[in-house]
Amino acid sequence: MSERPASAGGARGGRGVAAAREPDAVDRRLINALQGEFPLTATPFADVAAALGLDEAEVIDRIRAMLDDRVLTRFGPMFQIERMGGAFCLAAMAVPEAQWEATTEAVNAFSEVAHNYRREHRLNMWFVLATERPEGIADAARRIEAATGLPVRLFPKEREYFVEMKLEA
Amino acid sequence: MTMPKSKARSPARAAIPSVAVASDAAAHVAPLDELDRRIVLATQDGLPLVARPYAALAEQLGCDEETLRARLARMLESGRIRRIGAVPNHYAIGYTANGMSVWDIDDALIDAVGERIGALEFVTHCYRRPRHLPDWPYNLFAMVHAASRDAALARVAEIAALLEREFRGACRGRDVLFSAGILKKTGLRIGG
Repeated sequence: MSERPASAGGARGGRGVAAAREPDAVDRRLINALQGEFPLTATPFADVAAALGLDEAEVIDRIRAMLDDRVLTRFGPMFQIERMGGAFCLAAMAVPEAQWEATTEAVNAFSEVAHNYRREHRLNMWFVLATERPEGIADAARRIEAATGLPVRLFPKEREYFVEMKLEA
Repeated sequence: MTMPKSKARSPARAAIPSVAVASDAAAHVAPLDELDRRIVLATQDGLPLVARPYAALAEQLGCDEETLRARLARMLESGRIRRIGAVPNHYAIGYTANGMSVWDIDDALIDAVGERIGALEFVTHCYRRPRHLPDWPYNLFAMVHAASRDAALARVAEIAALLEREFRGACRGRDVLFSAGILKKTGLRIGG
């Protein structure tokens, strides 16, 4: 891509989670393969490696390097907490610029905050709460309001029409 | 970079009322048992990057590897795990424009519109959510990822044109909120 991910992913005025580099061609093949079903076999990395014509150690090293460089944000099971009796909820706040850094730090410190994005709108901070019990959402929102002094708007999903879990690299 | 083209693979996921999912979870899905819960705690940071990751996890949890793999398979089957694998930083793989398009859709038509928009190839997430009147009239959220802001805006315009063509008068307003950066992306973390 023409745009450098390091700057594109950088949170303006915040401490973002920008990737340190772009993935190379082999990394991209690996990313695409790893968004399918990771084998539940004794030696899953060797199986992935064989399918791609790589060796096991290289696959493991590349995954580790991509995690270190934030090309990957995680590698492992993606849990659907709603199927375990818990809840996800999208939430947003209007954060004044002068309070941006402190608010980002305060919000990110909550373990219930699974993702947090800056967006260009009066409601400029959008995050996802994930809690083990449905009632934990309102409780987490109240605690975030107390920690930041800002109102939290909750946007619970009323209906899910489509979720794509895969982005081709 | 190409957009996902696998929309046909998950039709069953469309339009699951979240209330039903929640009550289903309460009524039919037993809470995590002790071992499943420990598996979640042990893997929410990620899988061990070793040749035999399941054996390493099993050792850490004090169970045998076969049991651990069977538990993971069961959690995949029940949907407690959506999938096992990598989550790319979408900026790093070229999806630099991430636009959350939001729409104020007539309540009488919202589900028909949501199904239609969610089925579009370039829409990666599509949900109905509550309005926050008076300043947030939008009840449909459709995430659009693209390689540039113009490309994302062109896709939003395409959605608007489709709505005008197929659901005339149903859409009363829209906005697009572009991402200006990821501040955190860890996935869920439950407590020990």
